[in-house]
Amino acid sequence: MIEQSFIYGALGGLVIGLAGAVYLLGNGRVMGASGIIGGLVDGSGRSTLRDRVLFIAGLIAAPWLALTFSGKTAETNITSDPVILIVAGVLVGLGARLANGCTSGHGVCGISRLSLRGIAATVFYLLAGGLSVLVFKHILGVI
Amino acid sequence: MRGLISFTSGSLFGLGLLISGMVDTNRVQGWLDIFGDWDPTLAFVLGGAILPMAAAWQIAERRKTAWVGTPIPARAEQKITRDLAIGSAIFGAGWGLAGLCPGPSFAALSFAGWQGIVFAIAMICGMLIAVPTKRLRFFSSEAA
Repeated sequence: MIEQSFIYGALGGLVIGLAGAVYLLGNGRVMGASGIIGGLVDGSGRSTLRDRVLFIAGLIAAPWLALTFSGKTAETNITSDPVILIVAGVLVGLGARLANGCTSGHGVCGISRLSLRGIAATVFYLLAGGLSVLVFKHILGVI
Repeated sequence: MRGLISFTSGSLFGLGLLISGMVDTNRVQGWLDIFGDWDPTLAFVLGGAILPMAAAWQIAERRKTAWVGTPIPARAEQKITRDLAIGSAIFGAGWGLAGLCPGPSFAALSFAGWQGIVFAIAMICGMLIAVPTKRLRFFSSEAA
């Protein structure tokens, strides 16, 4: 039996891929969330400042509007442990910028171009992510 | 025009992340929990996203320029460098710990409460720490 989450996953995935296609064919840029946000916060993306701000505006506003008008709520199940939030946030931001990309840039846009760097990055972060859940959930029991 | 394209793309990205369940930290951690109660949903998300994107790359590489006239980004040199390997490992560790990556953390800002804001601020700090870290000799010198 196919679970409902698989259908929503594939459907949402198609919309994510469509977003990347619009960004690439429209603006000639690779859609990577950490790159778009990172270039804004560290000032390296000053020449494309407006693109970045508007992309982020849509990224935050569209889910908010969709939830507001549909009257639905979205489950985030986010932890309330401030230490975990801060440590994880710093690791995610630092790692993605060091690697020049995250799940969207390396994962979606890199794999689909059969980029060796994108595929390698995805293998590394999936292994590290699996190890992280193993250690923090099953060994240390903190998440 | 560029602005409208950016806003449209960002909006679609946010909706896709919401629909797919990428904003649900339980789903992400379930996908990474291969030794526990494994949730394969994210494979469908990635598969679904790669389809239109692969088609877009085919079109892009044939057309050479984007709609606004800018060139299609060249393929980066296909070398697996230290910053790519170590950065991805650090990123993965944080992704597993909280179940959030950069896109979903921003997409969820309007409904993830104070926790979402704390994570996003910490992530921005991490991005700023990456600037001097990347200049370290260890990363700038050679391949992994």
